[in-house]
Amino acid sequence: MHANSLTTEQIRALIAKGKLKDAIFKVLGIFCLAVALLVIVLLVSDMVAKGSERFTVDFFLNFASRRATQAGILSAWVGSLLVMLVTALAAVPIGVAAGVYLEEYAKRNWITEIIEINITNLAAVPSIVYGLLALGIFVYQFGFGQSILSAGLTLALLILPIIIVSTREAIRAIPAMIREGSMAVGATRWQTCRYHIIPYAMPGILTGVIIGLARAIGETAPIITIGALTFIAFLPPVPYTTGADGVTAGMFDWVMSPFTVMPIQIFNWTSRPDPAFEVNAAAAGFVLMAMVLTMNGIAIYLRYKMRKNIKW
Amino acid sequence: MLNSKLVSALAVAGVALIGAQSAQAQVIKIDGSSTVYPITEAVAEEFQKAKKNAIKVTVGISGTGGGFKKFCRDETDISNASRPITKAEMDLCKTAGVEYIEMPVAFDALTVVVNPKNAFLKQATVAEMKALWEPAAQGKVMKWNQINPAWPDAPVKLFGAGADSGTFEYFTEAMVGKAKSSRGDYTASEDDNVLVQGVSRDVNAIGYFGYAYYAENTGKLKALPIVNPKTGKAVEPSAANVENGTYAPLSRPIFIYVKAKSLQKPEVKEFVEFYMKNGAALTKEVKYVPLPASAYTGNVEHIKKNKIGTVFGGHNEIGITIEDLMKREAKM
Repeated sequence: MHANSLTTEQIRALIAKGKLKDAIFKVLGIFCLAVALLVIVLLVSDMVAKGSERFTVDFFLNFASRRATQAGILSAWVGSLLVMLVTALAAVPIGVAAGVYLEEYAKRNWITEIIEINITNLAAVPSIVYGLLALGIFVYQFGFGQSILSAGLTLALLILPIIIVSTREAIRAIPAMIREGSMAVGATRWQTCRYHIIPYAMPGILTGVIIGLARAIGETAPIITIGALTFIAFLPPVPYTTGADGVTAGMFDWVMSPFTVMPIQIFNWTSRPDPAFEVNAAAAGFVLMAMVLTMNGIAIYLRYKMRKNIKW
Repeated sequence: MLNSKLVSALAVAGVALIGAQSAQAQVIKIDGSSTVYPITEAVAEEFQKAKKNAIKVTVGISGTGGGFKKFCRDETDISNASRPITKAEMDLCKTAGVEYIEMPVAFDALTVVVNPKNAFLKQATVAEMKALWEPAAQGKVMKWNQINPAWPDAPVKLFGAGADSGTFEYFTEAMVGKAKSSRGDYTASEDDNVLVQGVSRDVNAIGYFGYAYYAENTGKLKALPIVNPKTGKAVEPSAANVENGTYAPLSRPIFIYVKAKSLQKPEVKEFVEFYMKNGAALTKEVKYVPLPASAYTGNVEHIKKNKIGTVFGGHNEIGITIEDLMKREAKM
């Protein structure tokens, strides 16, 4: 059918039909978005409504207790933050370096292909499998025990594929001319990476890191497997301070400390006989969501700042 | 000596992290059953308060079996257990050279519950429970009137403990006659609150779990008196009926196992003595049935006389009363 064989009315009808479909899709899109948002709003408002009476300073500064009203999340949030610190310190350098290598250095051959397929597959391995691996290797083989170090490294393994993949995506988005231009003026491959590729890819890498860390902070299964605790009423030692037991801590003593994390604390509270603990669980759930939200916020801010510095 | 530091630098996959095996603070490590957890947690909380945090106590939940695995690998000082140590676990500990002192700390009453709106169930016998829960009932006993014609023609909704828990082991042994022998077509959960929710929402539901979960939810649940096979009388689960031994066969003792070697450390010894001194009051607070005072002093005696081992010989026993247990512990 050729357009010029149509009458004006027919063309109008065709346009109207197209516009109708447009409108239908728009409504459908808004509806889907609303469903997703509604779930989050319901979840958050439910947690706030249930847990609001626990949003006190004490809740953040108290250890777990058998009395719901006195129980707090001190050891849990400190544990979660420290584990995230170890995770980030381990996963970011390794993940970024691996991503840069695969994009910039590795030869295109079947070995690289296999490595790439495996990395993508690793991203889909259930987290409990990482927990089992870590129990064997970190906890027993390396003798790290049930420590912050073991947990941090386990979660680092878990999010490594996410960081590698996002690093590669970010590098691929950089136009080839940047690379070529750098090399054309005599820069080595390393100089190109150091001064161009990595800085320009940074916003994308950061997004990957934060998505990874946000996933890691909510993980429960691998942390339970390596033996995080349920009741722990003390914090890891602050470097170079002397605790109540008269022992002065070294610089890295905290990484070997026993710990608990937010998801485990929440899980424990939901499974207790006394229904009063449900309030604590809801409040802690909200705090955990706020932590994830803060991490995302930081990522958005950093991304915005870094993009401003990119000149092309 | 205490201040000497064994610092070993480890380059782990590009990140240099230092594991310092320094003079780590004294930590008493406890792990094991989720049933015993509330009591031990309460004791640990109070102990740390009393000691102004100079001694650190950690309590984990890996289940009775998981706890014994760590205990027999020499990783923990104390193991929480909702049943006596088994033969296999005794062998495991023996191979690793782990010796232990068994200490009963409380009694628990497994409670069979129904919906408060359930009008036809006033009590239950072991035979009825067996007919309902035995493996042969799977897919066959689906309606209440199949067990008792007087009961309504309504579907049975079953809620029970997950297969890894000591509760499941004890209930099946006491009711069906063989440990871990149960029908599989029921809602199973390790989280007893799931069971509480399930039974409280369905008129035709029946379920079982530890007494504490019933005691905290009496408004939502009705506990069934269980007919004592010896006396033929239906007995309600309650602290008094557990103490006098009439709530049988669903009363069970729960324990802590303390490593003999750890007891040589003053802080562990102090903790266990604190446990035995304050255990009764804290047990009541977390809704379990405390043992008579003589049981706790008896446990302390066992430490003094270093009475290693178990009085159960590696198997679980059904329907043991506090009195039985006391006699046995005394004879040891």
